[in-house]
Amino acid sequence: MTQKLFHRPAPGADLLIRNAHVLDPRTGIDGAHDILIRGGKVAELGAARALSAESLPPALQTIDATGKHVFPAFVDPHVHLRAPGQEHKENLDTGTAAAAAGGFCQVIAMPNTSPVIDAVTVLRSLVTVAGQQAHVPTGFLASITVGSQGSDLSPMAALADAGALGFTDDGKPLTSAGMLRKALQYQRLAGGVVALHEEDPALSGAGVMHEGAVSARLGVAGIPSISESTMVARDGAIANYEDARMHFQHLSCVESVEALAYWRGAGARVSGEATPHHLTLTEEAVRSLDTRFKMNPPLRAESDRQAIIEGLRSGVIECIATDHAPHARFEKEMPFEQAPMGTTGLETSFAAVYTELVKPGILPLGLVIERMTAGGALYGLPTPKIEVDLEANIVLIDLEASFKVGQHGYVSRSENCCFHGRTLAGVVELTVAAGAVVHEKVKERDR
Amino acid sequence: MTHHLISIEDVDRDGIERILFRAQSFAEVSGREIKKVPALRGRTVVNLFYEASTRTSSSFELAATRLSADVINIRASGSSIEKGESLRDTVQTLTAYEPAAIVIRSPYAGAAALVAQWTDAAVVNAGDGKHEHPTQALLDVFTLQSRLGKLDGLNIWIVGDVLHSRVARSGISAFQKMGAKVTVAGPPTLLPRQIEALGCEAKPTLDEIAQADVVYVLRMQHERMQEAFVPSLGEYAARYQINHERLRPGQLVMHPGPVNRGVELSADVIDSEVALIGDQVRAGVAVRMAVLYELLVGSAAPVAVP
Repeated sequence: MTQKLFHRPAPGADLLIRNAHVLDPRTGIDGAHDILIRGGKVAELGAARALSAESLPPALQTIDATGKHVFPAFVDPHVHLRAPGQEHKENLDTGTAAAAAGGFCQVIAMPNTSPVIDAVTVLRSLVTVAGQQAHVPTGFLASITVGSQGSDLSPMAALADAGALGFTDDGKPLTSAGMLRKALQYQRLAGGVVALHEEDPALSGAGVMHEGAVSARLGVAGIPSISESTMVARDGAIANYEDARMHFQHLSCVESVEALAYWRGAGARVSGEATPHHLTLTEEAVRSLDTRFKMNPPLRAESDRQAIIEGLRSGVIECIATDHAPHARFEKEMPFEQAPMGTTGLETSFAAVYTELVKPGILPLGLVIERMTAGGALYGLPTPKIEVDLEANIVLIDLEASFKVGQHGYVSRSENCCFHGRTLAGVVELTVAAGAVVHEKVKERDR
Repeated sequence: MTHHLISIEDVDRDGIERILFRAQSFAEVSGREIKKVPALRGRTVVNLFYEASTRTSSSFELAATRLSADVINIRASGSSIEKGESLRDTVQTLTAYEPAAIVIRSPYAGAAALVAQWTDAAVVNAGDGKHEHPTQALLDVFTLQSRLGKLDGLNIWIVGDVLHSRVARSGISAFQKMGAKVTVAGPPTLLPRQIEALGCEAKPTLDEIAQADVVYVLRMQHERMQEAFVPSLGEYAARYQINHERLRPGQLVMHPGPVNRGVELSADVIDSEVALIGDQVRAGVAVRMAVLYELLVGSAAPVAVP
């Protein structure tokens, strides 16, 4: 099988985590355990304190995780790492370090770079750089159309052979139904998932925020929710007709969730993702005209947010994806209408969802962990699981600890985080990705 | 009142009344032969205009001059803004001159609030995109108070292109604060979705315009329209023009200017007794004097004018 994930080589971890509350919704484990990691693999998983000191190597790094949680590390199927061409915003090194800091063990990067990833040479060079710089295994989508211009198919089969997990013109909608249909037909040869940023430009017009009560007050042109939902409804029909594999990116409104549920019910092979910001924030945040709250799709009404939460709960929406979209400070320090769209999200994804939805009892912790680890499987990647003999992909989180977002800066090169300044619970203390320690906050170790 | 005037939401009813009381005194100054007071002598006011303006920029300039301030006028054309300098860099450059106030007009919502983050000067929003134009709202309240005494219980209809109008958004809020009931009316394509959330009624026709005590007519803003919102200006005029056939006796007519004669307003109404348009322009200078005075000298200072 063609290699689809790329990262820099790192030594397999040797590590003992003592007395952690281990929760993996897929294996059913949910309780205090010790985890022994040897050479990057989970060697033993036993009841807390059951592993006797005599059987362990004397110099083994040991972490007392009493009162803390271990989950399978997260997967983010939607990040913008900005390389090549926009390295002033982010690069593979900083972007994947931010992912490691957020507890991720896999990320999938979008192709709306400069140049667009629409050619094998561009993808090959990125794969090479990822092999030198990526802290966590990184996959790539290539564009559906050349330059994401919507008029000619990219060499999808060759791109898939070179490692592309799928195809998207994300950042720009693919407006032509005929073009989309050709891509879906060609998918039978090339494989890979076709992922869609759904937006009808004729309806969004010059809009820069959700069309609703807040845009009416601000006099800022709105993007109506129908600009997304009508495209989900249309494209779900095309996916169904072609029996193609289609993924809807960053769903933001009630009607989109309904359209996805409808086509799923009709048997179409369609999936969807939701972002932490659409799950936790609404158009009300935009009243400040703070450009950190400018993203596409926009933060919508409270009823939309509730529908996204319900979609995630019911499984109509299978996964959480950050749409991590870094922009340089000078680019965001603009009047709202002029600033570029996007918020960073890798370093706050879990904490935002945990603080806003799990702590208040709206969603169960296990469900959120399941949805935060499901995004790779949608693209055919292995799902991280905590099981003996498997490569270690785990995150250690202190749910009792909290942090003020941005107070000590960001690991990401950019600081345009919509949760900036908020206090969030859930501090990532350790991330093990593909068997290697890629992020470690804890410096005090007991042995 | 805060250090800045960014939004009409920055001022409550008491604040509006205080500013307009002071404007009353300044209106008297404007009636004198020597129309100047030394209130801002030695202070600098920067007028930073990123958008074309006649009455707002000239009235701000006149207001600052009549308060004896030194005035710098900067316009987008012919300045480094044209060379692509960012708003932040422009503001930082101007801040080096230590202005007491920066008056800014921008085609973008929130520009004045951003400027306030980047400077110690008092910032006055002279219009930010389609968002707010608070001094226009204040001078409109002043004009109505001067004619009618109070706005309490008044029915004010704002008619026309509400979608693109910062005057409407600041006006709705200011009129409501002063006790008026506001209705917006215009072509359905030019009424923002959920405008009712601002506490006003929205009507797609002028069938009930007889309810209005004051008809506030908005300019059809061709320059802000990137597409056709009405089939033609002729069709707009046929349905929404304020003329003597649509007005009943006793109704007053206002317009923020500049007027498209024969489109939103008929020529005979503009030139008639019921139109307060000239009063609005005159009020502009006194009200902007009062705003600058309020921000730079403060409400603690005596109202009396030397």
